[in-house]
Amino acid sequence: MTAGNGDEQARIAADAIARRSYGKLVAFLAARTHDVAAAEDALSEAFAAALAEWPVKGRPTNPEAWLLTVARRRMIDGARHRRVSELAADDLRAVAQGLDAAAEETEIPDQRLALMFACAHPAIDAGIRAPLMLQVVLGLDAKAIASAFLMSPAAMGKRLVRAKQKIRQAGIPFRVPTCEELPARLDAVLDALYATFTEGWTDPAGTDAARRDFADEAMFLVRLAAELMPEEAETLGLLALVLYAQARRSARRDTRGEFIPLAEQTATLWDASMINEAEALLRRASTLGAIGRYQLEAALQSAHIAGRRSGHPDWTAIVQFYDALFELTRSPVVAINRALAIAELRGAEAALETMPDDTADARLGDYQPYWAARAELLSRTGAVDDAHRAYDMAIGLERDEAIRRFLQNRQAALRIVRH
Amino acid sequence: MQYLLMLYANEGGWSKLTKEQQEQAAAAYGAYAQALTKEGVLKGSNRLQSGASATTVRVVDGKSQVLDGPYADSKEQLGGYFLIDVPDLDAALSWAARCPGASHGTVEVRPVWQMM
Repeated sequence: MTAGNGDEQARIAADAIARRSYGKLVAFLAARTHDVAAAEDALSEAFAAALAEWPVKGRPTNPEAWLLTVARRRMIDGARHRRVSELAADDLRAVAQGLDAAAEETEIPDQRLALMFACAHPAIDAGIRAPLMLQVVLGLDAKAIASAFLMSPAAMGKRLVRAKQKIRQAGIPFRVPTCEELPARLDAVLDALYATFTEGWTDPAGTDAARRDFADEAMFLVRLAAELMPEEAETLGLLALVLYAQARRSARRDTRGEFIPLAEQTATLWDASMINEAEALLRRASTLGAIGRYQLEAALQSAHIAGRRSGHPDWTAIVQFYDALFELTRSPVVAINRALAIAELRGAEAALETMPDDTADARLGDYQPYWAARAELLSRTGAVDDAHRAYDMAIGLERDEAIRRFLQNRQAALRIVRH
Repeated sequence: MQYLLMLYANEGGWSKLTKEQQEQAAAAYGAYAQALTKEGVLKGSNRLQSGASATTVRVVDGKSQVLDGPYADSKEQLGGYFLIDVPDLDAALSWAARCPGASHGTVEVRPVWQMM
């Protein structure tokens, strides 16, 4: 690239490289020292240097290697300044040697998968694994992540710092677990990846400018995991699941930002290429012979979408998928969704009998979809007053204004039916 | 890296075991220590007397306060430790899981502060 293309172009180039290379560079810089924070600091200085130099001198032919060289220099300087005890001299030498070798090669080894496993290590608090991945693999800042996870930037920053300290001090390894440990460890990685995605969904209309939407970034991470673990059925299942959800994204809200449930969405607004990709992934996953939660959830999405397209949902199959999913997860959330499917197959009365009980599981009392589902089923049995009360509960618990209005409209419709 | 595996267990448990069970438990610990030694990771190990035998000391305003009993007055007490040297946390956790103490109590795994 020629010099003098301007700061803007350098920034765009740096951003593009950041997304593709950030995690790779962090993984490489921190693999031996386990010091993610030091690697990130060095890398952010390297990116700052890039923004200053590239517009003047032109973009280097191998930007990754350029960034790595600068970051490595900063890291070694930084370590010299800190107390020697914090970083073993041997480690430093190893880093320097490794980096020298890497700088000469055009291809930096991709250890992002190992980095993901470190972020979702069982020794890391489950609640911080998803934010940690967003930060460490993609380089998003704590403030942006905090807004998606409804946490104050200060609190998020503190928790991220603590998690990185844990990685370093406890000696959490950067490696993909061995075969026998893999299933349990992979579940943790996939759960964290899924959380990056579901948190990204919480403001689908993008109405709150202060809140960032991480759906794209989450999708990038899930895709990356699927590329790095193409033989793991559940990884493919997760990618299929997020593709199905993402494909229906623009159909979930109307032009005024009002919430539209699946049954009323305009199917032509769905992204057909994403759905096709998801279908193909699901088929491939099924040939690997390891059924799991994400494949079942994706299969459910597939069945719902096929049902909407044909106008004849296969409720028997859908209930079977929910049965299998419930067998696997024992999740009350699954039981709620299964009840809604059972209502289509055997009526609302039968469905209500399969609903989990909020007196048995206290968490359900605060769970909006539980009350919304109850209200829906009760209204179909004609128990209008009970339905009205259940809607009251659901509305009181809902944070999203558009969904609240949707519930309020449903509640108002109860009276119209009655009179 | 060095890790201290701290074995916490309900102290009442041991006396409730039959003599035969106690012998079996002791044998399990022996085998475990032997495995650690064989792999060359064992740096030190001891079994401790019960929490009732503990005495705590604090110096306040230059005066030492000596109290009867353990630091934390809970049912589960530190009953022993293994100090091991392994490459990373995963290796330490896998040794902790093999420890007989993990089956009848809790094993806390703590990295040792490294002095350079």
